[in-house]
Amino acid sequence: MSVDTPTATGRYPDAAGHFGRFGGRFVPEALVAALDELDSAWRTAMGDESFQTEFAALLRDYAGAPSLLYPAQRLSAKIGAQVLLKREDLNHTGAHKVRNVLGQALLTKRMGKRRVIAETGAGQHGVATATAAALFDLECVVYMGAVDTQRQALNVARMRMLGATVVPVTTGSRTLKDAMNEAMRDWVANVDNTHYLIGTAAGPHPFPALVRDFVRGIGDEARQQCLDLVGALPDAVTACVGGGSNALGVFHAFVDDPSVRLYGFEAGGDGPATGRHAASITGGSSGVLHGTRTYVLQDADGQTVESHSISAGLDYPGVGPEHAWLHDTGRATYRPVTDADAMAAFELLCRTEGIIPAIESSHALAGTVSIAPELAAELGREPVVVVNLSGRGDKDVHTAGEYFGVLDKE
Amino acid sequence: MSRIGVAFDQARAEGRAVLVGCMPAGFPTVEGSIAAMTAMVEAGVDVIEVEIPYSDPVMDGPVIQRASDIALAGGVRVADTLRIVDAVAATGAPVVTMTYWNPVEQYGVDAFARDLAAAGGTGLITPDLIPDEAQEWLAASDAYGLDRTFLVSPSSTDARLRMTVEHCRGFVYATAIMGVTGARTQASAAAPVLVSRVRAVTDLPVGVGLGIGTGEQAGTAAGFADGVIVGSALIRCLLDAASLPAGLTALRELSAELAAGVRTPAS
Repeated sequence: MSVDTPTATGRYPDAAGHFGRFGGRFVPEALVAALDELDSAWRTAMGDESFQTEFAALLRDYAGAPSLLYPAQRLSAKIGAQVLLKREDLNHTGAHKVRNVLGQALLTKRMGKRRVIAETGAGQHGVATATAAALFDLECVVYMGAVDTQRQALNVARMRMLGATVVPVTTGSRTLKDAMNEAMRDWVANVDNTHYLIGTAAGPHPFPALVRDFVRGIGDEARQQCLDLVGALPDAVTACVGGGSNALGVFHAFVDDPSVRLYGFEAGGDGPATGRHAASITGGSSGVLHGTRTYVLQDADGQTVESHSISAGLDYPGVGPEHAWLHDTGRATYRPVTDADAMAAFELLCRTEGIIPAIESSHALAGTVSIAPELAAELGREPVVVVNLSGRGDKDVHTAGEYFGVLDKE
Repeated sequence: MSRIGVAFDQARAEGRAVLVGCMPAGFPTVEGSIAAMTAMVEAGVDVIEVEIPYSDPVMDGPVIQRASDIALAGGVRVADTLRIVDAVAATGAPVVTMTYWNPVEQYGVDAFARDLAAAGGTGLITPDLIPDEAQEWLAASDAYGLDRTFLVSPSSTDARLRMTVEHCRGFVYATAIMGVTGARTQASAAAPVLVSRVRAVTDLPVGVGLGIGTGEQAGTAAGFADGVIVGSALIRCLLDAASLPAGLTALRELSAELAAGVRTPAS
């Protein structure tokens, strides 16, 4: 079906936000006007040179873009692939997410809104949103599951220091998906003056496409950096996938390069067969969640099933609709990575390169380790792989310390 | 004309509004919810709205969320909902189902429409399905003669309001306020304006919901709308009660108060 071939030329999604059979808008009518307003502001901004100039300057001067593409030689020697790490972990606030929040904060200003709300799981998107809100002098309210506010007390403190109000959500499973429900409820009631700054490439149209546009710089930079470094395109690009923004960000520039394989690594938790995982594409089915049609972890009645991952940032029972579509069309390959394999890769990067990665990004590293021999056999040489190191591991030191038993007992 | 339409016509002839009472299926149990809905009919509720409990109800406030959580924790299934519709329809009151879209999509849209019609349901209220995404439901509801109630909001543009109403059958649901379900103390200034905007483009009856919880508020809404939709305040009767019998007594009292309210429309 050539009409359904993904391309990076901007033909997808369609005008109503569909990526093939996925995407769209499954929302209360009350939100449609705001989504239309956002759609229009986004389309205008994308074609507006002054917006692009302002955004580029912010990314460069404030966030630290372009991030480095670093040839990780000791890691490469260990795994039999030439690994180029896209160092999004070096961005301000420690992850790729700053690109999205700066873009959306600029849009918020353009729409004349004075208040932003956000959902957060581990707190990374909440911290990023609070950061942008401080920079742009916007009121900021962050919804966070009550289970997570306890697990991530440091990030709650960070958000408060940045001036945000953190609201613990005590409904449902008290985690990320419930925080997202609560943010939607706030938005329905305050849509006149409030922008919902969604943290990943999911949710109702135009969010999946809009977020992709704000993070696609990752791939645009990496593509050029790779050409400069090795004189050719990479054989593969890899990323972890929760909601999927960092993966789309690094994939997008390569979608039209047929020689470049795209791999998304989902959080396999204890293993997809155990039911304790967050691998929506591998272990879920098509459904509607949080305003979009995509792959969802659900029971036979369509009730959302709780996800599990050692990585809070991947612990979400859905996935962005563009990933669902890239999977269906075969343009990208999605595989699960277990907690154990991710933590082994976490340790490997610490010891070979002196870089402590986010546990999220460790899934991309572990997946890269697993595909390196396949790619080498297929190509008859060592493959060149761009790995999106989407975030740094400072926030995970406690989790990893417990996992590896390196914390001193009191 | 659908059975809902008949109910609206009768009420109009009596110079009053239709009272629609909402209750989640399986709350507090499957049998308990049938008892509750039957009590509501006996106390004067004209139309029963059975809400299918869903894990992620973004249009609902804390009361319906809690009731839905209790129903789901009790193990209620979509198939139980159809059984409840069947039992409540046997009282003679029209029964409409309110559901988020994913449970219907997983059941199978055509199969759900077929089984809902067979259970005696009149149609669906779809809080997170807008006509733009409803092709399958439009076809299935036509095939099985079911009503379609989409929501209109104070924020709907004229063009969207017209488009949405054109896809409705049975009645139109006007959300009185920008927000989620839950009783409120203040009357909505936006509701009468929205209802008159709907009336300008259709002859279908218009029900007003969100924030109505007392007989007086019901009377106010009956002054400008054809139907008054109450959920959270009724559900509270059961949530706050020490036992199911005590809850049913409170539920009957509030139902009767609301039924009196819609019979004394404020002018």
